[in-house]
Amino acid sequence: MSLWHKHAIFEKNSIVLVIGVLVVIAIGGLVEITPLFYLKSTIEKVDGVRPYTPLELAGRNIYVREGCYNCHSQMIRALRDEVERYGHYSLAAESMYDRPFQWGSKRTGPDLARIGAKYSDEWHRDHLRAPKSVVPTTVMPAYPWLEATELDFAHIEDELKVNAALGVPYSPEMIREARADVKAQATTDAPDAAALLKRYPRSQARDYDGNPARITEADALIAYLQVLGTLVDFKLYDDKANIR
Amino acid sequence: MADKTHVDAVTGTATTGHVWDGIRELNTPLPRWWLWLFYITIVWAVGYWIVYPAWPLVTAFTTGTFGWASRSAVVTDLNELKTLRAPMTTKLAATALADIKSDQALADFAYAQGRSAFRENCGPCHGAGGGGAKGYPNLNDNDWLWGGTLEQIRQTIEFGVRSGHAKAHESQMPAFGRDGMLKSDEIVTVANYVRAIANLATRRGTDLAAGKKLYADNCAVCHGAEGKGNKELGAPDLTDGIWLFGSDEASIIEVITNSRGGVMPAWAGRLDPETIKALAYYVHTLGGGEK
Repeated sequence: MSLWHKHAIFEKNSIVLVIGVLVVIAIGGLVEITPLFYLKSTIEKVDGVRPYTPLELAGRNIYVREGCYNCHSQMIRALRDEVERYGHYSLAAESMYDRPFQWGSKRTGPDLARIGAKYSDEWHRDHLRAPKSVVPTTVMPAYPWLEATELDFAHIEDELKVNAALGVPYSPEMIREARADVKAQATTDAPDAAALLKRYPRSQARDYDGNPARITEADALIAYLQVLGTLVDFKLYDDKANIR
Repeated sequence: MADKTHVDAVTGTATTGHVWDGIRELNTPLPRWWLWLFYITIVWAVGYWIVYPAWPLVTAFTTGTFGWASRSAVVTDLNELKTLRAPMTTKLAATALADIKSDQALADFAYAQGRSAFRENCGPCHGAGGGGAKGYPNLNDNDWLWGGTLEQIRQTIEFGVRSGHAKAHESQMPAFGRDGMLKSDEIVTVANYVRAIANLATRRGTDLAAGKKLYADNCAVCHGAEGKGNKELGAPDLTDGIWLFGSDEASIIEVITNSRGGVMPAWAGRLDPETIKALAYYVHTLGGGEK
């Protein structure tokens, strides 16, 4: 009986088959996934990338909740047309604090990796409330409840703690001040903005949803969108050091 | 399970040796061409591992004998593009905005570049054709908040409006109602006066003389005594029939009560100077460009 006929063991015994399948998948995992954890070249060394502020993190949760990743990627590939349209290709370092990352796999809408600071807060409000009011040809659904719904950030410290447990460098101080930071960042000319800026460099404190009286889900989501892709200063970034 | 060498009489093909209720399974061999293609792909994959980045090792992964990397490839691609465009971009950088139109080839280039940059970057607010939307100025008409000459348009694109950039256009209309500078009946009166100077119908019984006084005391400093606006301050002309936030009484009252002030991002830094120049030229050609 040649080796070719040994597969009869797998075909006749389902437990052996299951174990065989697991072994084959484990080899794939070992070769494709494990190296990413120990290879130093996986994540580039860049300045500027910091953990999300509590408000941005809350906005990110809304981004995930509403399934934005189904139609929007956050991954500018190293291809000429993408770099021309969206800007510098995405770096692994730019999503190193994402748990999980939002690279997405499909673009019905445009890529959002560098949407931050591209349009005004007011545009984001109009566009989320009624996308067709600003882009008549869009197929994006409307999200009018975001600006009408108070942001629930009672457990934002826990969010930070979970992220910290997963390796995001949130300090005990950041966790302690999380709720205060949400309020500070959603307020124009907030007195605590300086402390927020110290904890989270390049963070911007202002009333994102145009309603100073409330902190809404629109505040959080727009704060998140406005920070995307803005943390790395590409004038200082050394492209050549990270060619791989 | 019976004899392995059994050959099916009808097809002449060997069977697998499995028998179910007397039915035998043909063991038709794969077509040779298919099998050879399969072997070739395996050999091809080995070649691929050698020439392209493939296997992870202890400190890095194999880089491949071709030395190819997507990140250097895109730099090469972009440099090629730059070289291809160089004759026109250099010319565009060296030519004064006002002189672009006297060189037809350069004008065509600036128009094309401006148009495609406009659709990606400006279209979401100002509309794909520059038609604007409520709160986002129409760029096809000759009504300009901050000026419509080539230079002024370039300046607005470069630094934005209330964008946070140090050189951005800055001005803030007071919130006359919210901050208690005018009482609500005074706001209604002055709103109707504004409608009057714009040749729109006013609410019956409005004291336009009082409105005129209120206007002169509160509004004229920016919008001008005649309501013709002031481009230094981005204060709109109130008499030209073009309304960014609506011309009905309620909309005007809303603006006077809570103030308005759109934000346009600064594009310096995001777009290179030549693209901004091309954009200024393109926007200027949309219909309302001023000398």
